[in-house]
Amino acid sequence: MITAERKPLAEIIDCIGENRRILLVGCNECVTVCAAGGRKEVATLASALQMNSMRHGKTLDIREMTLERQCDPEYVEQLAPFIDQADVIVSMACGCGVQEVVRRFRNKRIYPAVNTKFMGASEGPGVWAERCHGCGNCLLGLTGGICPIARCSKSLMNGPCGGSSKGKCEIGSDVDCVWQLIWDRLKELGIEDQYENVIMAKDWSTERGGGPRKIVREDLA
Amino acid sequence: MKTESTLEKVFNAGHIAVTGECGPPRGALPDKVREKAELLRGYVDSVNITDNQTAMVRMSSFAASLILKQMDMQPVLQMVCRDRNRLGMQSEIIGAYSHGINTMLCLSGDHCKFGDHPMAKGVYDLDSVQLIQTVRKMRDEGKFQGGADILNAPKMFIGAAANPFADPFELRVARLAKKVRAGVDFIQTQCIFNIDKFETWMKGVRERGLDKEVYIMAGVTPIKSVGAARYMKNRVPGMDVPDHIVERMAKTPKDKQAQEGIDICVESIQRILSIEGVAGIHIMAIEWESAVPEIVKRSGLYPRPQV
Amino acid sequence: MQTFEPVIVAFCCHYCAYTAADMAGSMRLSYPANVKIVRVPCSGKVDTIHMMKALEKGADGVLVAGCLDGDCHFKNGNTKAVRRVALVQETLKELGIEPERLSMVTMSAGMGTRFAQIATDFTEEIRKLGPNPVCAGIEAKAAAGAVAKAN
Repeated sequence: MITAERKPLAEIIDCIGENRRILLVGCNECVTVCAAGGRKEVATLASALQMNSMRHGKTLDIREMTLERQCDPEYVEQLAPFIDQADVIVSMACGCGVQEVVRRFRNKRIYPAVNTKFMGASEGPGVWAERCHGCGNCLLGLTGGICPIARCSKSLMNGPCGGSSKGKCEIGSDVDCVWQLIWDRLKELGIEDQYENVIMAKDWSTERGGGPRKIVREDLA
Repeated sequence: MKTESTLEKVFNAGHIAVTGECGPPRGALPDKVREKAELLRGYVDSVNITDNQTAMVRMSSFAASLILKQMDMQPVLQMVCRDRNRLGMQSEIIGAYSHGINTMLCLSGDHCKFGDHPMAKGVYDLDSVQLIQTVRKMRDEGKFQGGADILNAPKMFIGAAANPFADPFELRVARLAKKVRAGVDFIQTQCIFNIDKFETWMKGVRERGLDKEVYIMAGVTPIKSVGAARYMKNRVPGMDVPDHIVERMAKTPKDKQAQEGIDICVESIQRILSIEGVAGIHIMAIEWESAVPEIVKRSGLYPRPQV
Repeated sequence: MQTFEPVIVAFCCHYCAYTAADMAGSMRLSYPANVKIVRVPCSGKVDTIHMMKALEKGADGVLVAGCLDGDCHFKNGNTKAVRRVALVQETLKELGIEPERLSMVTMSAGMGTRFAQIATDFTEEIRKLGPNPVCAGIEAKAAAGAVAKAN
């Protein structure tokens, strides 16, 4: 899923400025699962913003809405009846959701209330870790199903570098050396001889090298 | 002979090669480069010029290499994958070769986090193995990585690093094999203090016959003080400094520690040279280039052959 | 000037604090009437939004009262509550509101005396902190408005 973390309140408050009527929009997908921008987080942020405003002698008019998916036009449309009653939109969805709202409602300022972080998986309660960079040309089949591009600090395709120590990365003892994980995995599977196949220089045109990416499916269009 | 590289000539003539190291200054100080290089003249065959070592901005390896070239000395152009993409690296290789720089070392590079710009974005378009492949393709096929022909292809003698002390140890021979497969000509190892472990690694290297396919230069570093020994032991990723070395330095009076460090280094070289498959010594006297002449002489590696 | 009587909302777990409060009553222990009890099935049921809304709507202090460590009827609801309280305290700090206005306490069902003591102490602590700045801001503005109008 796409993970996110709420921005510091001071930054959000600063963005809102003197605006009083706020449409606060959450998303029921990834940011709900990682507890950054779902219905509960929307309510909590609304309350925090309201408290802050009241402290300074004003009340805000906040409408809370959490869409099924903020990155889909069908759901974004649900905001239409409320747009005119808002001075500003604050979105708790990932960057995709924010921009989908922008695409539909062009005459309204919108501010993100979360920092979109990475594509990751939940390693346990309250812990999410990066797993995929979306490079557009998956090489998990070559590396025992563990991604060196997303999980090696240097994205080395032929690691590990000389900084791997006791299973940890040179940048910090809290970061696993992914090449240690890959090596362990190849051994478990009895295919460690695969390690010596040089993974060729990557064609990054399928990643950001080729500019902004798009998928078009004629059968679904 | 694949290249005009002095280092290759030394290896080819069957000599034990000796290389030194020069870290470029953190400023436009060409005299500083000359001063350091002058200390090494005549005692090493080539001088590695580091490329933003420890992720700190310094005079570029290419520029400092050029200064050495102008002094009629032989630089080894180091190149890390952290700071440039494949366009930048290939153009620099052509540029360097145009100035007679014909020996280089392909490295991943320390992570930005360690340096003075931890906020920088690391590039890592290629990794060190892919860089080796790229330089090899430029030299042997006369083609850029992307496939287009090069007009007058650069003939680089290609080096890479190996760290026998990083984990997982059992993978370290395989990783060397991978670099050999990618087309590397010579290897310089991480500083060796734990000679037993290096011997074990070399045994693995010989079993695979890798020492016949690539020239292996053993890296050594003279330790200047007990503080430096402790720092390398505890703080530098991928370094293995055994306790007996730290203890030996600690037992030595402070004013004699530098000399003791040189003694340890010379003893290490003597032992390393008895290991089958070692083709050279790479002396990394970091900010202590003046120690190199004594080390080379006492190790029986002086004078250097004229090739 | 009026004397300040703080409003305290206490979210009390049915299996411990709520019963303890009950027991305090039957033991005829007096504790301040300022404490308004909200019965919850577990302190782990108290969400951040409940704490936030209580403060937003005018409570001067909020207590979350759960079972003693290791005694949660639902295994670990109380430890979850501890972490949530800490999170809301951080939010309050970000807003410049005293985090001491929110507190997590634990007790067993039999601790009527402890409940009465905590209720008394917390009420006093909040009394010292003064009125919730959220409502104070609005009231000050209203008062200023009234004065302006009168002038």
